[in-house]
Amino acid sequence: MTKRDLIDEVNKRFPHLSRRDSEVIINAIFDSMVDALAGGDRIEIRGFGSFVVKNRRARQGRNPKSGALVSVAAKRVPFFKVGKELRLRVDGKPYDPDLDGED
Amino acid sequence: MTKAEIITRIYEKVGFSKKDATDVVEATFDIIKGCLEKGDKVKISGFGNFVVNTKRPRKGRNPQTGDEIIIDGRKVLTFKASQIMKKSLNTMGSSSAIGAPDAPASE
Repeated sequence: MTKRDLIDEVNKRFPHLSRRDSEVIINAIFDSMVDALAGGDRIEIRGFGSFVVKNRRARQGRNPKSGALVSVAAKRVPFFKVGKELRLRVDGKPYDPDLDGED
Repeated sequence: MTKAEIITRIYEKVGFSKKDATDVVEATFDIIKGCLEKGDKVKISGFGNFVVNTKRPRKGRNPQTGDEIIIDGRKVLTFKASQIMKKSLNTMGSSSAIGAPDAPASE
């Protein structure tokens, strides 16, 4: 499924919204998530998962082909940790929200 | 940031009703979950790809007792961030934080 398919699926559920409306909202969802991560915030979506940004220090690396030493700059990298509900559902295991103590 | 904050941002900045913003945000995550549950991948351009991988069963050890045990095969969800997202994290926002490591590079 691509973002376009996602927009179509969402739009089917809300006949009073135009496809353009659905597209604008869905783009805003992902844009706001990227903004939050860029600002150093973490994201937690219950039942789905969480996104965090980790800082990597600058290090000396090697070009694997030539073996030449190269310096790799410090950078920030995003990580996703799947939430309990989605982890179980993806694995085909039953998920009962009434029994769930944490996510 | 939580789902509630995403909803607030949408109805404040994009100008939809709180009901529409809530409904679309809920539906979006609901549809993505349903798709992944079926084993399909979800590709969001500009954000990243969610892919379900199948792990084979393997032998492991109980680290406490040393007993050999079989770890069952299973399906796991992985996320790969898009180049666009990775770029945003390293240009926008608090760029001063980029040089401050909070985890070893080898992790």
